[in-house]
Parts: sequence; C-alpha cells; structure tokens
Amino acid sequence: MADYSWPIAGSRTTIGTDVTRIDTPLKVTGRAAYTTDVQAPGMLYAVTVGCPYAHAKIISIDTSAAEKVPGCKAVTVIQKPGTEIFWAGDDVVAVAAVDELSAQLAAKAVKVQYSELPHLVLDASPHPPDGFAQPMKPEVQGDPDGAFAKAAAVVQATYSMPVITHCCLEPHGSVVAWRSGALDVHISTQSVSGIVTQMSKALGVPASKIRVRAEFEGGGFGAKLAADRWGLAAAQLSKLAGGLPVRLIVNRRTEQETGGCRPSAYGTIKLSADAKGNLTGWESETWGTGGVTGGADFPVPYLFNVPNQRKQHTTIINNIGSARSMRAPRQPQACLLTMCALEDLAAKLGMDPLDLVLANIALTGPRAKIYQEEFSVAAKAMDWTKRWHPRGKGSAGPIRQGLGLSFHTWAGTAHPAACSLTINSDGSVAVSAGTQDIGTGTRTVMAIIAAETFGLQVGDIEIQVGDSSLSSSAGSGGSGTVGGMGSATRRAAVDALQALFAKIAPALHADPSKLKAAGGKVTDGQSTVTWKQACAAIGALPITARGVNPGAGALNDSGVGGVQMADVSVDVETGVVSINRLVAVQDCGLIINRKATLSQCYGALIMGVGYALFEEKIMDQNLGRMLNPNVEFYRLCGIGDIGTLEVHLMSGKGYDERGIVGCGEPPVISPGAAISNAVANAIGVRVPSLPLTPDRVLAALGVPS
Amino acid sequence: MDLGPGPVSIQLNVNNQAQSINCEPCLTLLQVLREKLGLTGAKQVCDRATCGACTVLVNGKRVYSCSILAIDAQDAKIETVESLAPDGTLDALQQAFVAADASQCGYCTPGFIMSATAFLADNPSPTKEDIRKGMCGNLCRCGTYAGIEEALLSMSKTPKTSAMATEGRKRG
Ligand code: FES
Ligand code: FES
Repeated sequence: MADYSWPIAGSRTTIGTDVTRIDTPLKVTGRAAYTTDVQAPGMLYAVTVGCPYAHAKIISIDTSAAEKVPGCKAVTVIQKPGTEIFWAGDDVVAVAAVDELSAQLAAKAVKVQYSELPHLVLDASPHPPDGFAQPMKPEVQGDPDGAFAKAAAVVQATYSMPVITHCCLEPHGSVVAWRSGALDVHISTQSVSGIVTQMSKALGVPASKIRVRAEFEGGGFGAKLAADRWGLAAAQLSKLAGGLPVRLIVNRRTEQETGGCRPSAYGTIKLSADAKGNLTGWESETWGTGGVTGGADFPVPYLFNVPNQRKQHTTIINNIGSARSMRAPRQPQACLLTMCALEDLAAKLGMDPLDLVLANIALTGPRAKIYQEEFSVAAKAMDWTKRWHPRGKGSAGPIRQGLGLSFHTWAGTAHPAACSLTINSDGSVAVSAGTQDIGTGTRTVMAIIAAETFGLQVGDIEIQVGDSSLSSSAGSGGSGTVGGMGSATRRAAVDALQALFAKIAPALHADPSKLKAAGGKVTDGQSTVTWKQACAAIGALPITARGVNPGAGALNDSGVGGVQMADVSVDVETGVVSINRLVAVQDCGLIINRKATLSQCYGALIMGVGYALFEEKIMDQNLGRMLNPNVEFYRLCGIGDIGTLEVHLMSGKGYDERGIVGCGEPPVISPGAAISNAVANAIGVRVPSLPLTPDRVLAALGVPS
Repeated sequence: MDLGPGPVSIQLNVNNQAQSINCEPCLTLLQVLREKLGLTGAKQVCDRATCGACTVLVNGKRVYSCSILAIDAQDAKIETVESLAPDGTLDALQQAFVAADASQCGYCTPGFIMSATAFLADNPSPTKEDIRKGMCGNLCRCGTYAGIEEALLSMSKTPKTSAMATEGRKRG
C-alpha cells in the first residue's frame, strides 16, 4: 500500500514554510469575482419585502400593484398568508425587475397585512414571560453545597456578552438562473457542494442538474452554510421570469438584522476554592438567546471539570432573528463566563490567576500538558511574572494598565473532502475540488501539498475550487477544510506519483519503488530526469488520481489548545479601554502554510478585540427591531484598535506528528475573557458585560453617568 | 445640467478614459462604476461612508464612491483599482500586500489598496502611528490590519522595522 504519511520534519521543503497565497494577486487588482460582481446578460435585480414586526401572522398579501410597476418581471410569495413570522425583517415577498430602482419600486408596491403578536427581543432576564424560555434540567455532580460550605474563598457574580452579528462584508446573496430544468447558481457561500443538495431538496430539481459556484466569497464566519430563503427566492423568480438570471443580494440592513447572529450568554456563576487554590465547587444559572432557533447553550464550566457542580441553563426563545453558527460556536461564551469567574476568585484569594490556573490544570484533562507548555511560552512573551500586579494595584493616575489571561480548546476535525489531481504529459499539474476558499487559504494549502509531494514549486500547481461540478467536499465549518482538503490532496498526489513512477521506470531502467521526486527532478539515485522529461513519458492520456480524506488517522487529528494573554490600558476618567498587546499561543498540529496560519490567528485576535470592546446587536423592545443594522453604529474593530499582536505557533516535535488540525476558529475564543480580565486587573473592579464600552467601564467604577 | 426625472447623460473620466453613460441621476458613482462600466473592484458594503470598501480616487484624493453621485463626479479624474495593474503586472503596493498576506477573503482589499495608494502619496515614509490614523477609514472583517500595516511599512521610503512579532515577528 502506498505510504501517504506526511514527510517527516527536516525533509519537508514547502509544508510548514511561509508561503504567499496564490490568489492574492486577483484580490489586490480587483479581478477576483465575488457573487456580487457577477453580471449575466439579461440579469434581473431582486429585492425582498421583509416583515416590519418582530412577531406577527401574515393576514393577506396583495402583489397586483407590484406586478404592474414598469420593469417588474416576477413576483414570488416566500411566506404565505397564515404563516407566523418570528423576527423583524424576515422575508415575505421577493420581486425581480430590470434594474434595482424598479425592483425597489415594485417591492414598495407590495401590500402585506399582518396581525401583530406579542414579541420579546431582549434577553437580560432568565425568566421572561411565558413561552419565551426553555429551561433545561439542572445538572448536579458531587456535592456543591458541601464544597461552598468548606471553601476558603467563594465568589459569585453575573457576567454576560450580547448577541453579535457576523457582519460579513459581502452580504448574503446569489445570482441564479433556472432554465431548461437546470439551475445555474452563483452564491456567496462557504458550502459549495452542500448548496446543491439543499436546493435540490427545496426546489425539486435533480441534484445532477444544479451547478453551484463561489469562486471567491467575501466572508462567512459560519453564517453562509445555507441556501437561505434568499437563494431559493432567486431561483423561483428566475423560473417565473422565463429563466433570466436573477440577482438577489441582501442590503446591509438585512445582512446585519437577519444575516447572522451569534447567541448571547449570561451567567450567574458561583465558584469556590480551598486555601491552596484548588477549585472545589461550581454553580451556575446561565441563559442566552439565539432567537427562535435555540443554539444558545454552551459548555460550562469551560475546560475545568470542577469536582462539585450544579448548573442550570435556560434558552431564551425570542424574536431577534435566528442564530447562525459563528467562528467556534458556543466556546467564546463558555470561556468568558468561566475565565472571568476564575480571575475573580484569584483576586479574592490574593493569588496570581496564572498560579490559580496552573494549580488546577489537571482538571482540564488530556490537554493539560499542552496548556502548561503554552502558558510558559505566553508568560515569557508577556513577561507575566514580572509585570503582573494584584488587581487594581498598578499605577495610580488616570491611565491604568492591567494583564489578563484565558485559554481554550477546539476540535478542528478534518471534514469529508475529495479532490481530483491530474499530471499532464507537459508536466503541468492541476488539482480541483468542490470545496471553497473563503479567505482561509484553501487553494494555497492544496498547492503546497501537491508541490511538496512532487518536488515542485507552489506556482507550478494549478488549483480550481468553488464549483460544485468538481469533487464534492464538505462546507467550510469547524476549521475542517485544511485537514480535509489537505489529506485528500496528499493521497491523490501520492497515488498519481506512484502511477507516474510505474510509467517511467522502464525507460529509466529503474525500480519504481526506488524512484523519488524532488527539486524538480525524478531520480532513483542512478539516473535522473527532470520532472518535465519524466512526464513526457505519460503519453496521450494524463494521469489522474482521486484523493479522499479517509477520516481521522495518520494525516489529521482533532483537538487543539490555545492560551492568550492581554495587556490593556484603561482611562478611568473616560472609560476608554485600549489594547496594548495581545499574546496568543496556539497549537494546531502539522502546519501546512505558516503564513496563512498566522493570518488566521491575527484575524481571530482582531475579531476578538471587536467583540470584547465594540460589537453588540442592539435591540429595541418597542420597535422589535435592531437599532444599529449598519456598519456605523455596529462598530467593527479598526486598524487603530489592535495594539500589538504576537502569535506563537506550537510546532515541531510532539505537535507535527499529529497531522493537520484546523485552527481558523480557536484563537477567537479567548480574547473576550483575556481582555475582560485585563481590564479588571487594571481598574480593580469587574466590568461584568461585554462589550467593554466606556459607559460600562465608568458604571463599574461607580462614576455617576 | 439635466437632473431628470428619467435617465440623463453623464460624462465621466475613469482611468483616463472618457465614458458617456445614460442613467438615472440618483445613481452613486459606485453604482455607475460597478453596474454601467463593469468596474467591480470597488465593493458596496456599508453604503454610507463608513467602511471604505468602495474607495476610489477622485482627483487623487480618496473618496467613498458610495457616497457621491456619479453626476457630481463629472469634471473629475477618477481612478479605480483596475487602473493600477492594467496589463496584470502588480504595482509595488499590490506586491507588498501579497507579500505581507494583507488579504484574507479579499472583499475589503481593493478599497484598502486605493486608500493606501493615496495615503502613501501624501505620506511616503509613514510610521506605524501615521498608518493607524491615516488608514482608519477602511474596515476589514477578516482582521488583516496587521498585514496591511506591514505592507505599508515595507513601502516606506525610509524603511522602518515592522512592529510585527511571531517568534521574533511582531504585528500591529
Ligand atoms: S460602501 Fe462606501 S464606505 Fe462603505
Ligand atoms: S479580507 Fe475579508 S474583509 Fe478584509
């Protein structure tokens, strides 16, 4: 059997190095074509009509006036009279017209009557009115009351983080043509192959007649795994318009209001330790909302299996839009609630939180040793031992500096993936797959692995992705794409190389099992030919090989750990928090592209600063709507907000042998907790809720507003 | 000037080419560039002068093309990202972006490139602080700021050490 295992350390030429992405030139020139850039002949523009109420029943829909608007070509009812609507902005009707203005006029002419129903868009109480809460059964382990009674220190507090939105810069949308029984779909998605099945089921079109493309995608973060009402409506409108392509791209308001929502998390946490700092008891009442779809539970206590526990969670079912998975779903929430309580306990015990964490590291289970190693790297980078001061005991004066820490885990399991690889007789190599590159560097990873296997340069490999007519691969979620596509590419490349060796061995009078490809040459140690010369022997039919990720095993693994430390300054007169420095130490198995791995870590830290300091989906209970459905008042992290970022990747012996483990998500888990802890350390009191805005900081300091 | 109602004739100078467009006078410069001229490098994201994804140069200055009307840009010299590498050869700034991995999904990237082009023309040797102030009109959701800063520092006429650190390299 062929040996697919990764080349061992020291023999790798390309894997694990800093490789420049192969598709950035298209992005810096504006030539990368996203879904929003697709312009098809005869294309119609679609606009949707959303429900203005957070909870309502549709009584009647009258589209007759809309149909008469000049330029209007099709009107489709997405949700029929009698349907209950659960969030404001949910789509009821879609219209398509020759241009956007006409489509907007037609949408305005649609008349929908609703009867309003009681709604809830807030989530601050775990006991909302009937019907809006789903309490889960309490869970008990050991004797928490006994632990609290015997404890040397007990802390109790409520912490929270609000619903945030994915805020993809490219909004959700598609351009769909439904002609001659076939669907041609361009859609901004992170699941090219998956959309085929979804649309086939929903529209009754055979999957074999659906082609989905997403060559480039302007951000997903978990929000773009489905065809959505928008994709299906575009298809219906195209059918009604005789097969003309229909472009349905949602506007910014819709994107912010309904295109993505990460569940909130609240928790009243009680945590105890004995005099040595050993954690003894955990009690939590937690709640959160992911809208009507749930998904707002999270695993507390995070990482630490505290011996005695009582916990109860309530899912708030309210009318804010439905939750979509967002970069490491459920983890940032659990992490914040746990790590803040831990830091508060350390403060009460008069301990350095790093000592408290390390004293309890065995409670984290099998990753304990890795966390320990990572904490020592992070502490050195931050100069923690020298620079840490007891809570609130830093410099006097209006600017207070503080340090905080947090850590996290994530599976990063390789997902199902397949690719097709071709070696042509002119020496050119192509790899293709129905996967997608959502900005994470999938194309480059595939090229690196093929280049490594063949002893070629990354630029010698042609990569095609983003098209469902290629080998089906899973959606980009769970950080599984590098592991999945990487493993599939490696297997295809090894098989293709064996086939090449078998073909050329006779001409070289060589034993095929002795042949090696390296440095652009093929050799058995005696005779050597260039890669091109070797491939010339292939003949008329190119060598093709299919590679499939066989699942967990030699090529990939699950489970990574990461540690982060934050250094912040807080102006206690204005309440403004600024990041001085963030240190992230991340383990991710075998690194394929160091440069892109670092980019993912930096990006996650920056997204982390965003949700720690700025981001919040602000809902108004009277209106039932989001008050900041834009990028102006839904504030993203800017270039001036990031401080200095420092990333250390744990690689080499003890890490590489595990094969690939995805790490696009895990570094986004800890920043909220680490930054909140650093702020508490700086100012001497806990700011209980993210984002850590000036008003919240001043309120925590007792400054009257 | 004919202000409608109905389509009016608009004359634009885009990337050194004279363009005559017949369109509604309410269209923004961004809409005209993207939909009438097929120049889709500039993107529409916030549509209200916050994110910079639509940045183009008007008489050499950075402008949010979502927030001016095409009809108001008639006497100006308009440059879009498409003007920078007409034959596919990247200019120095574009190369610096590629080398510093200053792009992930890339949706914000053309806006950053145009913004940085004008920024560097005014600040040929920017410091980290200059970059953080001068480039704050563009937003990136993927968080590529560290790479962008590195790219701009590498363009500096008086080279400065980047503030980026990863095992010896610090970013930001
Ligand atoms: S789209 Fe113009 S500034 Fe955001
Ligand atoms: S690279 Fe994705 S928004 Fe900037």
